Amino acid sequence: MMSGLSVYVDGIGLLGAGLPNWTIGQAVLAGTDTYVPRPIELPPAATLPPAERRRVGRVVKLALAVGYEAAAAAGQDPACLTTVFSSSGADGDNCHEICQVLATNDRQISPTRFHNSVHNAPAGYWSIATGAMQPSTSLCAFDGSFGAGLLEAACQVIVARKPVLVVAYDTGYPPPLHDSRPIAEAFGTALLLAPERTTFSLGRIHMELTAEASSNLADPELESLRNGSPAGRALPLLALLARRQAHRQILDYLEQLRIEVTLSPCH
Amino acid sequence: MTPLFLSHFTVTTCLGRGLAANSAALREKRGGLAPCHFETVDLTTCVGEVAGVDAERLPSSLIAFDCRNNRLAQVGLAQDDFTAAVAEAAAKYRPERIGVFIGTSTSGILQAELAYRRRDTANGRLPDDFLYATTQNPFSVSDFVRRTMQLAGPASSVSSACSSSAKVFGSAARMIETGLIDAAVVGGVDSLCLTTLYGFSSLQLTSSRPCRPFDQDRSGISIGEAAAFFLIERPPVKLAADAVLLLGVGESSDAYHMSSPHPDGLGARIAMEHALAEAGISPGQIDYINLHGTGTRGNDLAEGRAVLSLFGETTRCSSTKGAVGHTLGAAGGVEAAISAMALQHGFMPAGLNTQDVDPALPLAYLLSTNGPAPSRVLSNSFGFGGTNCSLIFGRADSLIAQP
Repeated sequence: MMSGLSVYVDGIGLLGAGLPNWTIGQAVLAGTDTYVPRPIELPPAATLPPAERRRVGRVVKLALAVGYEAAAAAGQDPACLTTVFSSSGADGDNCHEICQVLATNDRQISPTRFHNSVHNAPAGYWSIATGAMQPSTSLCAFDGSFGAGLLEAACQVIVARKPVLVVAYDTGYPPPLHDSRPIAEAFGTALLLAPERTTFSLGRIHMELTAEASSNLADPELESLRNGSPAGRALPLLALLARRQAHRQILDYLEQLRIEVTLSPCH
Repeated sequence: MTPLFLSHFTVTTCLGRGLAANSAALREKRGGLAPCHFETVDLTTCVGEVAGVDAERLPSSLIAFDCRNNRLAQVGLAQDDFTAAVAEAAAKYRPERIGVFIGTSTSGILQAELAYRRRDTANGRLPDDFLYATTQNPFSVSDFVRRTMQLAGPASSVSSACSSSAKVFGSAARMIETGLIDAAVVGGVDSLCLTTLYGFSSLQLTSSRPCRPFDQDRSGISIGEAAAFFLIERPPVKLAADAVLLLGVGESSDAYHMSSPHPDGLGARIAMEHALAEAGISPGQIDYINLHGTGTRGNDLAEGRAVLSLFGETTRCSSTKGAVGHTLGAAGGVEAAISAMALQHGFMPAGLNTQDVDPALPLAYLLSTNGPAPSRVLSNSFGFGGTNCSLIFGRADSLIAQP
């Protein structure tokens, strides 16, 4: 009855502590290089017009950086791509500032803070930066946000027979919200998914829903990155892709419902 | 796309709980907007508040989800035998074969806003009774609906501002098409909170009186709250003549500005064109357009231009936000339900509060609830970040009549 979903991965973007891009991240996740934790460095959102560039927070810089990296790796023009953005909480710094002002008698929040508060702000800035007028959706499934984004993107690829860029990112909250939602480290990743094999294809991934427990990473530091943010839950899949290994992993999604992903490498 | 069957649906707005109350109010041109007395808000604006949300109690098993947004969701789910219809579908398909996709813009943010007033004076901490995951997080409402309905399939919240609960139809339709699920509960829930009331006020986009979409003197939006839910599945072999089908979903991005639409409504036009292409019909086959029609000068101008460029001046249209307000992340769902009621009950709702339609926008804008019974309806939802979604619904008998 259920045949699962199969798509090709043509490009990867990665930005996390000690994982500054896919090239370095691939070597670390493949086990050829040692993981060295370093604070994440977010590049400026250079492709945005100056007025917008001044207004964006960390989460937008993170989402744009990994999105561009994955699109470029797949030889795709970002302006032509359908996108899926997925995050647990979008701009946590901005949310904190708004809640703080609303708790005072003044309550006058800035218009920029307000429009940056929407969960789809990264998608909006991406569209402005790239000129993409293609469909874009913005999702949240708490800790399962990466899994939700992956399923949505795979469904779009299969139904529309067009490449789709899925971008997952989390930057967490400052205190006091951090105590209620302790996202440890900013982490972002993006995958360019395609319906057919291309010269860029790294491998074909097949997804099925399962109740099996999610896979861990053997390296305790990488495992803590996986556990540290919803976007980090992508790491077992990224590790498969880094090793180009025909193998399966279980990705976090919802309670009692996870995603079994099997990689068939292209070379 | 392959048409999908809206096998059951319900809507709760400031007009009342359930389809009958909303349909009657719309047909009788009764609006639900009133001066804002919500919480401690000190703004001169009108809101579409759903009565009795504060009194709603969640079951003890789901008490962690307690917040205004989930109370409103529970009120909405309890109407029109929706819960029973979902239970029947779960028995037919199995709970793990039914997805849940709910659109929300602000979810339970009110809970965080209130918690910030009660921070510990010594260490700044939030009170222990503030539960982030089950209230503030955008997934909270989808999780709550999934648990309440005892479903076990894929789920996520779509949070793309005011297009959220239109886009859920696309997510569900695609997942059904791939065979990953057989049916889905989709909808939208957004509730009053300080972020949106003070936020839209900071942009000077809230009207001091009930909003007047497409009026030449329109002066901004009136914020509302609502819950709308739909059970969608593949159509059975035999359909009643008045069964409502989802015929097309069109999505686009503006690539223009975070809080203003493209001035000519270019993104809006692309979304409408995609929806028509998916439905396989021409603009002339749309009988009524439920406009996004928020009531701000810029939004209505952009949308009006897009509609005129694609449909000309003769397709009947109106915004129902004069009746229910702009329910933000729930607007797509509310207006999908209004579109479905218009198809089943054979009416085209008037645009309330509007006196003189903007002469710059020579649309067939409806000021009274009349006109022929529509067979195919298009509903627009656009939002911050330049996100656009158009849905097309049709009666089953209109498909048979199609050449």
